[in-house]
Amino acid sequence: MRPRTKFSDLARADREPVARIDPADLPPLSSPGPPPAKLAAAWPARMDAAGYPLDGTRVLAFPDPATKAERDALVGAFLSGLEKLFSRENNWTFLQPLLLSMEHCARCQTCSDACHVFESSGREELYRPTFRSEIFRRLYFEHVKGGGLVSAWQHGRVEVTWPLVARLGELAYRCNLCRRCAQACPIGVDNGLIAHEIRKLFSQELGIAPTELHASGSMLQMKVGSSTGMNAAAVRDNASFIDEEMTEKTGVAVETPWDVEGADVLLIHNAGEILSWPENPGAFAVILNAAGISWTMSSDIAGYDSVNYGVWYDDAQLARVARMHAEIAKALKVKKIVVGECGHAHKALLVVADRLLDGDLRIPRESALTLLRDIVAGGRLRLDPSRNDFPVTLHDPCNVVRLMGVVEPQREVLRLVCPRFREMTPHGVDNYCCGGGSGFAVMGGNGFQDWRSQVAGRRKLQQVLDAFSDCLEPAVRKYVCAPCSNCKGQIRDLLAFHDVWRRHGIMYGGLAELVVNAMKDVNPGFIEWEWR
Amino acid sequence: MTVFVYAAIVFGVLAFAVGTAARAVQYARQPMHLRWELYPVPHERADRAAHGGSYFEQSEWWRQPRQRNLRGELAAMLPEMLLLKALREFNRGLWYRSFPFHLGLYLLAAAAVALLALAGATLGLGGAWPGGAFGRGCVTAVTAVGAAGLALAIAGACALLLRRIQDPALRAYSSPGDFFNLGFFIVALSALGLGWATRQDGAPGALAIAAGLLRWDLAVPIPALLGAGIVLSALLLAYIPLTHMSHFVGKYFTYHAVRWDDAPLGEARRLRTALSASLAHRPTWAASHMRGRGDGTWADVVATNPSREDGP
Repeated sequence: MRPRTKFSDLARADREPVARIDPADLPPLSSPGPPPAKLAAAWPARMDAAGYPLDGTRVLAFPDPATKAERDALVGAFLSGLEKLFSRENNWTFLQPLLLSMEHCARCQTCSDACHVFESSGREELYRPTFRSEIFRRLYFEHVKGGGLVSAWQHGRVEVTWPLVARLGELAYRCNLCRRCAQACPIGVDNGLIAHEIRKLFSQELGIAPTELHASGSMLQMKVGSSTGMNAAAVRDNASFIDEEMTEKTGVAVETPWDVEGADVLLIHNAGEILSWPENPGAFAVILNAAGISWTMSSDIAGYDSVNYGVWYDDAQLARVARMHAEIAKALKVKKIVVGECGHAHKALLVVADRLLDGDLRIPRESALTLLRDIVAGGRLRLDPSRNDFPVTLHDPCNVVRLMGVVEPQREVLRLVCPRFREMTPHGVDNYCCGGGSGFAVMGGNGFQDWRSQVAGRRKLQQVLDAFSDCLEPAVRKYVCAPCSNCKGQIRDLLAFHDVWRRHGIMYGGLAELVVNAMKDVNPGFIEWEWR
Repeated sequence: MTVFVYAAIVFGVLAFAVGTAARAVQYARQPMHLRWELYPVPHERADRAAHGGSYFEQSEWWRQPRQRNLRGELAAMLPEMLLLKALREFNRGLWYRSFPFHLGLYLLAAAAVALLALAGATLGLGGAWPGGAFGRGCVTAVTAVGAAGLALAIAGACALLLRRIQDPALRAYSSPGDFFNLGFFIVALSALGLGWATRQDGAPGALAIAAGLLRWDLAVPIPALLGAGIVLSALLLAYIPLTHMSHFVGKYFTYHAVRWDDAPLGEARRLRTALSASLAHRPTWAASHMRGRGDGTWADVVATNPSREDGP
């Protein structure tokens, strides 16, 4: 049995990881058959010597201060940021929810059992939802509320040192921000929000954020138009190629309309779809054209990429990208923006940024899942559900479901086009995160991809296996419908890591693909049962 | 002794009221935040609330009239407030300990209010509570509710304290103050119960003390242990708003102002005004991409593109 990780361990000045996770401690998966060899290869053994390691993987690049003065300066910057998080001038965006979560936790640990990361790690203390929150709370009472002996007696105390600060920043990226813990909290304390606010402190004050989210994420998106690096010419080239592919595949002429002024719908995909899953934007083009929808895509900067990574780590970046999306829609004079199959883009543009967009930037915004439901349920396509005669289950993206309340539209579509649809347990607003939430799906260096495949995504993989427990043999082709780009990325990595396609014949994809696969007016076999 | 007991009661009630109100006002006066709701939201239309859905499930939701299902909201609130539904659902082991504790406190609060009402009526009736069946019944009922409340609250507090000591996951996260808080409940309420139960024949009971308090009658001879119990309980009451035990205040806001706050900006002038005010704040975040064009407002910061203008 491994020793319980303590708060004070984060302040350790040695360069050893605070927690060592042995794959043998992880909850066993129910998948029959011998596990692939790399399951036994211990990613935690790949220790990271740089900085002050947390658990053998790393997403943040910290400075490594050599002198006490440098360390003190960094700690000072952290404390300065901490204070700003609790001022309305700097953090009006989340001040009220943050204060409530700081001051009312009863430390009852009810949230712990709701957390898939904690559970799937074999209950490693470091990943308990309250672990980072409690450290942060003690720092809040000590450094924001004045501290003192009575405060320490009432709230506890941790000593603030650079190793503790650096490890706390890293620990904020061991939470998927799925907020299942907040749903379980009897008081409404939100440990996901606390992780989010710690991320903001590091980004907005110290300028420290994962490269994939900031430099190669929101900054790149604002510079060239997409976090994929595609500029307008590249995206139009790619889309043109997709149109050709779709035309050939479906037997129906497909053309994506670009920059059509006055269109009813501005469709914004996660641009990652265009590169990694071109069949998804292709399927949307087929459906919207067949349904007679007046739609367009935009080739303006950020207009062809719905991602908004700021929602995970930085309010200014969130607001900037949301504003860019709204300005593009305004310039095109479209009637509404429809966000494609991307969960965090849904939450960012429809929910969180709702209170940032006013005046002429208040363009109506809608989910593609609702639009698909209207098209399919409205009888605007000729469908043959028997073309989807294979077991299908649905992954609920947290951002779309628990955090936004779009639960039924995707199910209505599946019930109409997939005769063998079955639910996961639990599902809907009680779902488990795929393990790729809050940016994890696009982060992979330093063993992080292995960590999210082994730990963060473990519960989801078990859910998938359970949903298909009656037909796990590889000869039966099965489909996990994940109507979210980042979830798809994580599920792809999960299935690949655990060799699930070869062993169990489980494929994954989006919702629009299933609709096109059932369309009578296109060639059969839109979904290709080939692992890529 | 008597004046000390009366003063403690007045102080405790006032401090509790002021402390609770101050905490509530503090949270209520926080600026509008970005939306951060969590579904299910029970004031959604009943058919959608049943599966945790939102108005976003409707086509062109912005054209549809929003229907607030107050009945649904009440149906979610009452079991949560009275039965601690979430705790029962997600942490049954703790609920067996916490529910009796909270139920005991509710009963004690109800008994205290009823006692004051009876005491007020006593004064209205010329100083003596009627001794008939109704009068005796009322006193017996209040006594029973109060006694049950005390027993449940003490038993619950003991069970919670034991759990906090024995469970490593709770113990590691508890501060000395957490143990003290539960101990305070046990000591204060035990002294109150013991003082009441062991008072001598002829000594004033709860009703007599309450009536004495209302007319500030210093001649009421309050027994020492009962007096100590009252004073300790009053101090406990005053102490609660200073701690996280005032989570009943926080809970109102976490539910109504965060989890269930799904109001779109477009339909509320209040929210639009708040947004204008917030965008006029001048942030001082130090990271280079946050600086915008110098010491600008949030509106300025958001209007910049740091990848082209200021940032790396």
